[in-house]
This record gives sequence, C-alpha cells and structure tokens, in this order.
Amino acid sequence: MTNKLAVPGPSGDLKTDTTTAGRGKRPRPPLGVSVVSIMAVLIALFSLVPLAYVIVMTAATGWDTAVSLIVRPRVGELLLNTVLLTVVTVPLCLVLGVGGAWLVERTTLVGRKWWAVLLAAPLAIPAFVNSYAWVSAVPSLGGLWSGVLIATLSYFPLVYIPAAATLSRLDPAIEQSAASLGLGAWRAFFRVVLPQLRVAMTGGGLLVALHLLAEYGAFAMIRFDTFTTAIMVQYQSTFNGTAGNMLASVLVFLCLILLLVEVRSRGSARYARIGSGAQARALRLPLHAYQVPAQLSLIALTGLAFGLPLTFVLRWIIAGGPEIWAAEEFMPALLQTLAYGLGAAVVTTLVAFPMAYLAVRRPSWFSKSLELSNYITSSMPGIVVGLAFVTVSIRMAPSMYQTSALLIAAYVLLFLPRALVNIRSGLSQAPKELDEAAQALGKPPLLAFLRVTLRLTAPAAAGGAALVFLGIVNELTATLLLSPNGTSTLATEFWSKSSEIDYAGAAPYALLMILISAPMTYLLFQQSKKVAGQ
Amino acid sequence: MTDTHPSREARSRLPEPRIAASVATSTNSHLEIDAVTKNFGSQAVLKGVNLSVARGGTTAIVGPSGSGKTTLLRLIAGFEHPDTGSISLNGTKVAGENAWVPAHKRHVGYVAQDGALFPHLTVGQNISFGLDPAKLPGGRRGVKERVAELLDMVSLDPGMAKRRPHQLSGGQQQRVALARALAREPELMLLDEPFSALDAGLRVATRRAVGQVLKDAGVTTILVTHDQAEALSFADQVAVMRGGKLAQIGNPFVVYTRPADRATAEFLGDAVILDAWMEGSLATCSLGGIPVRRPPAQGRVQLMLRPEQIRISEDGPIRGTVVDTDYFGPETTVRLQLPVPPVLAAGAIPDHRYPGGGEIITIRHWNASIARPGTELRLRVVGEAVAFPVDEQPSP
Repeated sequence: MTNKLAVPGPSGDLKTDTTTAGRGKRPRPPLGVSVVSIMAVLIALFSLVPLAYVIVMTAATGWDTAVSLIVRPRVGELLLNTVLLTVVTVPLCLVLGVGGAWLVERTTLVGRKWWAVLLAAPLAIPAFVNSYAWVSAVPSLGGLWSGVLIATLSYFPLVYIPAAATLSRLDPAIEQSAASLGLGAWRAFFRVVLPQLRVAMTGGGLLVALHLLAEYGAFAMIRFDTFTTAIMVQYQSTFNGTAGNMLASVLVFLCLILLLVEVRSRGSARYARIGSGAQARALRLPLHAYQVPAQLSLIALTGLAFGLPLTFVLRWIIAGGPEIWAAEEFMPALLQTLAYGLGAAVVTTLVAFPMAYLAVRRPSWFSKSLELSNYITSSMPGIVVGLAFVTVSIRMAPSMYQTSALLIAAYVLLFLPRALVNIRSGLSQAPKELDEAAQALGKPPLLAFLRVTLRLTAPAAAGGAALVFLGIVNELTATLLLSPNGTSTLATEFWSKSSEIDYAGAAPYALLMILISAPMTYLLFQQSKKVAGQ
Repeated sequence: MTDTHPSREARSRLPEPRIAASVATSTNSHLEIDAVTKNFGSQAVLKGVNLSVARGGTTAIVGPSGSGKTTLLRLIAGFEHPDTGSISLNGTKVAGENAWVPAHKRHVGYVAQDGALFPHLTVGQNISFGLDPAKLPGGRRGVKERVAELLDMVSLDPGMAKRRPHQLSGGQQQRVALARALAREPELMLLDEPFSALDAGLRVATRRAVGQVLKDAGVTTILVTHDQAEALSFADQVAVMRGGKLAQIGNPFVVYTRPADRATAEFLGDAVILDAWMEGSLATCSLGGIPVRRPPAQGRVQLMLRPEQIRISEDGPIRGTVVDTDYFGPETTVRLQLPVPPVLAAGAIPDHRYPGGGEIITIRHWNASIARPGTELRLRVVGEAVAFPVDEQPSP
C-alpha cells in the first residue's frame, strides 16, 4: 500500500514552480524588460564614474608615489581613527536600534506609540548640527569618544527604523512556535527573532558605517580626524592634490570592504508574504518591573539624541535675538534647498526604479551586478563623488562644471541606495502573481503594472523619495564642492556661519533644517510601517 | 486524511461509468496543447505535453510537486512562453511557432493558489477590476449590480463588497478570486490549486460550490492539483502528470481502475501490488486466479488491485492471517499475510521474496472487531485486476 503522506504539500510546489519561472532563461524577453534593462545598464555605467575616477587617479599617480603617499604615519593614524570609530559605533547603533525597536514593537512599553516616533526623531537632526549643539554644551569635546558619542546618537535610527518595521511585520506565530519548543522569551528573541532581523540589521549597520566614513562636518567640528576630514583639508589647500586623491582611494577601499560584508550577508530569500488570511496580532512581552528602567533608558537616549541638540539650537536662537533672522540671507538658502531636494528626490526615485524592478522581478547575475555597481557608487562618500565630479567635469565637460545639473547628478548617485532599498522592499511586497492576475483579467502588461505593482509600490517609493530629500537637505560635503557660484543651501550657510564661530547666526539654519526634516522623518517612519504591511 | 480518501469517492462512482464521454475529439475541443516543452535553464520542466480539453469539460491535471503541472497552467494562461510546441484556444494558435497572444488577450480566467487578491482594493474593486464600465449597461451603477450578482453567484453576501481582502477568511478570498475571474465571463477557467490552502472541511465545500458555479456557467475548466481525490471528484477528465509528461489522460473511473503504469496506480490511490504469473487472461498470485483485462505480457507480471476489491467473506476461497490493524473510525485498514502461492512451488517466481511466509497486503473493512492480530480471515476478490510488466520499478 502506498503512503499518501509522501506527496508533498501544495505550498512547496507553488514556490518551486514560481521561483524557477522567475530565474528561468527566457528565449523571448518582453520588450518592456529589455528597455528596463538598457536603462538600468546606462544608470549603472554613469554611476561608476566616481569609482573609475579613483582608480584612474591612483593608476596615474604611479606605484612608487602611491605607496609613499599611502604608507605613512599620517595615513595609519587616520586609518586607526576611522576603524576604531566604526567598530565601536556600529555595534552601539545596532544595540540601541534593535533594542528600541524591540521595546516598542514587542513589549508592553507604556507610551510606545510616542516612543516609536521619538526614537526615529534624531534622524531629523543632521550629524553636524548635533555636533554643533554638543560643542555648545561641552566646549571641551574632541577626539574618538566624542566622535563615537555624536555618531551613535545621530545614526542609531538608521537601524531602529528598519528593525521596527521588520518586527511589526514579523509573523508572531514563529515566536509562538519557539515558545512551544521550550524557548524562553530571551532565547526566542536571540534564536528566532534576531535572525529574522538580519536584513534590517546588516542594511542598517552598513548605512551607519558608510555614514561614519563619509561624515565631514560633525567630525571637523570636534576636531576628530578621519579620512574624509583629511581629504577636505587637502582639497582646500591644494585643490586637486595627489595626496588627497590617495587618501580618497584608501577611503574608497574601506567602503568596498563594508559592501562586501553586506553583500555576503544579505541572502537571496524571497520576502513577499504568500500566505492568505489575516495575520495574527503580535503578543507583547509584559515588562513588569522592567518598565521603569526601560522608560528611563529611552528618556536618556532620546534626551541626548534629540532633546539636547534641540535645546541648544533654541538657546542660540534666543541668545541671537531678532538680528539673526535676516530674510534676505536665509530665504534664498531655504528655497534653493527645497528646490534641490525635491528635484533630486524625484530624479533619484525614477532612476532607482528600473534597477529595483530587475532585482526583485528578474533576479539573475545580470541584475545582481547592476545592483552591485549601484551599491558601490552609493558607498562612495560625498567627498569622493564631489572630487570625481569636479575633476571629470573640468577635464571632459567644462560647461557642466558648477551647474545645478551636476550637483543634482551627484545627489542622485549619493542617495540612489535609499530610493533603491525602499522601492525594492515595496516591490517585493507586490508579488508578481498579482500582476499576472491583472493580466488574466484583461489588462495589458503595462496597465497591469501601473494599476497593481506601481500602486502597491508607491508608498515605499514615496518613503524612499522622502529619505532622499532628507539626505539632500542635510548634505554638506558634496554641496560644498559642487554647488554653483552664488548657490547657498541651509547646510552650506550653516557651515560657513559656524566655521566663523558665529554660533548664534548659524542657529536659524539649524532650526530650519530640523523643521524641514522632522515631517519627512515622521513620514518615513509611517511609510516604513505601511510598507511592512501595517 | 480519511475524508478525502480517493477510493471511497471513486467507489461511489462505480455504478455510473462515463467512459464514453472521456476523450475529447479535436472537433469540439476548446484547448489543444501540442508537443509543448519548457525548460528553465538546464532543467526540463515539460518534456512534450499533449492535451486536448473539450468545450464545457472539466479537466484536472494532477501530479506530485515538481511534475510541471503549474508550469503547464501558466503556459495556458500566457504567463510563460513554451520553448517548442503549440497551444491553441478555439482553434486559434495562441502560443507556438510564430504565434503569440499575450495573457490579457486570451480571455482566460485564472485563480491562483492564494487567490492573489489585490491588497490595495476592496472586494468589490477586486471583482470589478477586469470590467469596463463603458461596456456595461448602466455604467458605474451597472458595475455595482454586476459585483453584487457575482458575489451572489459565489454565495457571498453583497455587503462584503466593501471589505478588504485581509478581512476575509481563506475560503472567502478564494470565492472572491473566482468571482473576479468570472466577471469577464471567460470561456476557459484555470484553477491553480485553489483549494489547497483551505482546511479539509472547507476544501470540500468550496470545491463543490466552485465546481457547481463553473458548471452552471458552462465554463471549460482546468484544475491543477496535487490531491488525487480532488482531481477524481472534480473533473470529468483526469490528466496524470509525472516528470514533465502526461502519463495518462482519461475519465476518472478509467485512470483509477485501469492506471497505465504502477506509478500512476500508486499516485492515484492505495494499491495492492502482487507478484503474479500470467497465462492467457488469468493471473495466478497469492490471491488465487484473477482475471486481467488486456494483459501486457505473459509469464511473470505485477498485479495491481485496489484495496476495496478485496472483501472479507465467510466463504471466500483465500485465507489470510491478520498481522495488524489501523483503526480510522468508519473503517479499519487490515494488514494480512497471504499463504505462499502455488506458482512459487513451480519456480515461476523466485521464493527469496517471501522470507517469512507469503506476501502481506493491506485491505479495508468497516468492522474493526473481526480483525484481531493472528485471526485467520477468508477473502474474495471482486472484479478484474490490472497487470504491469514486471521490469517496472516502483516509483520513488
């Protein structure tokens, strides 16, 4: 007698069939896909300009000169500073980000709705404004540990937001299964929940690390030397010196190492939820006696990360009185910041779409290499993108030098991954089965795509665009290098004022940046939840 | 497990065999699949599939997972291109050499395994997704009425139109998906394991309701399933798929009682397989002499009987000793050891196959109390057996 249990279940069957279908070689790819592929290739090639610049410059320098410029105590010191900063700050951000997300999403934390927003709030304060406020509070700040303090407080939300979104989406059934297998709450968290957060943690951790490598203003303000601050000093003194280029190539090398780590740990699982029926509500762990310590830690964390900078910006504004509010000075900066932010956010979203589409719907070595090329570019610090665009435009297209188009192109390259990550996750929430269902209902592929996939991806894409906008409002380094003559943004005006120790004069710009960023941060936070299906 | 037992459902069909209606001729055929192959990379998923589906008929494509049945359905829907071969709908080639009609122009209804309802739309918006208000009498109002009509057709309350897909149960989602596919009045409906995500009771009820709706609408239906009982009860033509090929196509009664090979026999239901010696149309085995229709060979063969063909009977000619039993409530499966067959003595079948005595078979009986281990029962075989050439290996 045969055993009918030997026939595997239906779910495995469907998944096997659809994944092979997605991976399969197609003899006749639809026209739309090849157009998308060509666009993606062009974008990828364009995006490799900064990396090509660094490689060409290093090659042109010659081996002996390069070695003599790289192997020296100054570089060793910068390397030590940068590596120490990264290995201390990233784990701190992971602990704070995941811990905060877990408290908010998985425990009976009192006021968790407020905490959920407050923990994302520090993202509205640019790191260099944070640094400015801390220097105002403690003028003696300087060196590695000050850098760690400011960077951690500025960047932990980059881990918190994706972690909270993932936790809120996570099927509570898997935690319940872990409990039924005899795991206590803590062990269940470490063995079941934490692995599910892998994507959020590696992605968030990578973002934090790249920010650390790229940040100029925050560390310059506390006189902590990293590669980026050193390159800027070189650039300001020698414009396009070989020494600066060599530092840039080491910096790029560090970024590439980080990328390698992330690419290896990202995995290739499919994240679209296929199951039907309503998802069960998450069970929350009662905090009991831990309620008070949890509240106190969150008060301390958000107080230091958000309360303190805001307080000191406001103190400078009060101290500065009415004369710091000269409209003819800050109105142009405000309008130009908004214009650049909106323009580049739209362009970046459009540019990211083909790439994200190929990555999710047609995963292959081709789409992976395209995406990788973009990640490589996006890891390029603003200073490197700025240097590359300055040099390339002067040598190859002088008419482009110091134009808004060039600055927007630099913004697109710098913030493409933000848009990409969001659109990717949005697309993977819109399984292709839905597109097919629409086609079976008589909608041509393009219309089906617009009415189903694009509609379902729109919130995530909007979230990505908001993130890009947020990045541009707070971008300092590339803007300093590339902005056309007469252009001032909130960030560059803030920087020139605070560099002249006019802390009161810089305060309105800081406040405006925070005010613009705040609703964007809130929107981003909301979108991350919606994308995750809440 | 027991409520989807294939044999019992098949048994209930025994009085009315519908063999004549089984094979569709090309003249009234709705769908014609001709020598279709499909590879994904180096993996051959379909290795030359031929299938003809009659207008208004119900065909089930049944097979184990990975056999290529979902791929076949996706080719019919137009979500994939065949590598070679062709697919015709209503005599028009829709896929094949120099022919391609995209999915949205095939006018084929499709219900996916999980329903694939659009999460951003209400139930009503989902159902009216494929409708063109300009072509309906009454415009937007007409759409509303049509949605209510369709909801009624799938036995859902019209008030559900305002709900969101995630507020529905799995069975309700499936019904909405069906209503959505029916909205455009397709002549051909493709169902990709639409009931497999539902629990057993709901599965049977939903399957029946869906089958009735489609039958009333006169829609040609193709159901893909891995559940043999579902295939046998739902369809009037069953196509058994294995390893990228259709192993057998026919009326459910025929494929169940006269499977083309041992693997098909074992996939479609429980099978008793015995060594036998074929002479003319009579096979001699541990159960005595059993008539075989169209024996494939003479001499050594493998004999296949369905368990329900072996009855416990006080004056039965064969003795069997109860080894053990498994109680399922309405019926009990009984494992019996048979005596060493006389053909063994004649040296026709090597005796190393029976180290501890005769062959062990499994049958079913309604009365658990008569079968205690060690009891000797008398058996009678009803009907004909099917013989397979002996070189066939059992399916893994």
